[in-house]
Amino acid sequence: MNDRPLVLNEASSFRVNRATMVDPEILELERRRVFDVCWIYVGHESEVRSAGDFRTRTVCGRPVIFCRDSKSAVRVFLNTCRHRGAMVCREAEGNAKIHTCFYHGWSYDRDGRLDGVPGEKDYPESFRKSDHGLAEPPRVESYRGFVFLNFDPQATPLDEYLAGAREYIDLVIDQSPSGQMEVIQGTQDYEIRANWKLLVENSFDDYHLLTTHSTWLDYLKNAGVKMQRPDRDHLLPSHGIGKPLGHGHATTDNVNFRGRPVAKWIPVYGESAKPEIERIRAELAARLGEARAARVADTNRNLIIFPNLLLADGSSVTIRTFYPLAPDRMRVCAWALGPKEETPSARAIRLDAFLTFYGPGGLATPDDVEALEMVQAGIAATHREVPWSVMSRGMAKTGDQLNSDELHLRAFWMQWDRLMRAEPHAAQ
Amino acid sequence: MKKKAPAGAVRITLGEVEELLFREAALLDEWRLDEWLALLTGDARYQVPSNDRPDADPASALFTIADDIARIRARVTRLKDKNAHAEHPHSRTRRMISNVRIVEREGDALRVEANFVVWRFRRDERVREYVGRYRYRLRVESGEMKIAKREALIDAMELGSLGSVSFIL
Repeated sequence: MNDRPLVLNEASSFRVNRATMVDPEILELERRRVFDVCWIYVGHESEVRSAGDFRTRTVCGRPVIFCRDSKSAVRVFLNTCRHRGAMVCREAEGNAKIHTCFYHGWSYDRDGRLDGVPGEKDYPESFRKSDHGLAEPPRVESYRGFVFLNFDPQATPLDEYLAGAREYIDLVIDQSPSGQMEVIQGTQDYEIRANWKLLVENSFDDYHLLTTHSTWLDYLKNAGVKMQRPDRDHLLPSHGIGKPLGHGHATTDNVNFRGRPVAKWIPVYGESAKPEIERIRAELAARLGEARAARVADTNRNLIIFPNLLLADGSSVTIRTFYPLAPDRMRVCAWALGPKEETPSARAIRLDAFLTFYGPGGLATPDDVEALEMVQAGIAATHREVPWSVMSRGMAKTGDQLNSDELHLRAFWMQWDRLMRAEPHAAQ
Repeated sequence: MKKKAPAGAVRITLGEVEELLFREAALLDEWRLDEWLALLTGDARYQVPSNDRPDADPASALFTIADDIARIRARVTRLKDKNAHAEHPHSRTRRMISNVRIVEREGDALRVEANFVVWRFRRDERVREYVGRYRYRLRVESGEMKIAKREALIDAMELGSLGSVSFIL
């Protein structure tokens, strides 16, 4: 498949071949050349708080145990017994001193060491338990609470990999007076019948807002939110840009109109919430200064960390990661993130604001899901006759690249193309 | 568990409860959403918790849906709009409501539980089966028994291949 171009980047035309959404061989290559060499999001440190806390999940296609070891350090283990391979931990979450594989009873301690082997004396003398601890991905690193793994031992350090994305993660963290955000309980875990890259595009493509989400805009307007109603020439209610951040990461950076739990009140929150939002805003200004507070509170940003993590700091903060199950099917996991010291009433506002837009029952996300599934259905059997999707918005234009342009989408695709063309390690 | 109704209160029968639930199911299956709204009290709530936190509180846990009456009305307004793309054309649904039980009586209010299977069909798509349990709070308002709260708890461990809950479950 290396002989045909999949991304065509010309002077004033950028096109993506639709086979990238359909072809099983491309997915196989993506697993090796994209997912196995990039930093992939595992979870947030707040999801495992004390020694022995664990969560099991699938990351980069592998079953893992995301946990705290005996010294409360965050660890990631591959969830497969060193004996014959069964998944050792079958609970979704919990706290354990020992993880025991029920098949033959091999047990592992919180540090992943093989602890107990029934009938150990019958192994040859050369058998060492210390050789058979739970395997770990070659690299696990975190940035401000967000834990990533990398299956490439030679990968650049996470800090360096995140490049310009760090500035935008920091803006999210600044919502918390102590600099600590936490994942709130409750997971939105669902599938979309579409290629995973369609969700990358959709997650920060503001071009679709007016048409895909007109009912959500109507909802805000009916609730009393003041905004400039977009029209066919002015696509969005406020100014916003699209911005590449290096290594395929990119973000939108928008003047907020949709309200923010930290800290911009809109009528959707109710009159009674006004003093609380004002108090949060005052704390923000006192701690960060007016300019930085305005940056945190009056802008919203959808940040894609290449390849499959979205931090949407919009109507509320959502962490959303997704992984391909098949060329036309992905698994999506999403969580809400909030300041650790948030009051119960502020937390309630945050969670309610989340549901106005996001998630499988929100007033907007289901229409995104529908759009992606319609794209998949549209291209699945026609991609040979109609091979190219167009992604040229904003090209050869002077001035800002808007959030409704496609510079940030192109940044994702160029990095994807670079990695897909290269033998592992050559592209970095 | 059952508390005695105060003197003079009309004792609502299980048959009347079932009739309300079955009528609601029929209205939702037929997309008669304004008539469905008329079954709700003026302060009604509609909730679908996240699959991994079925007993949580929407003030402290992320839900799939946690609507107050204003949001329920907004949801209906949206669903009636042809630009609610996830439900346009409308899904066909068929609801089976069973195992209806009155679990508590409190004056003129009732707590009711029931099992559900809701099949959802869309053109050229897989059938989706939403299986679970309803928790209702019913209350007499202006002489009529109405729905003050309805919670739909989906049994699936995760939404998974069910995808979205874009219709009223």
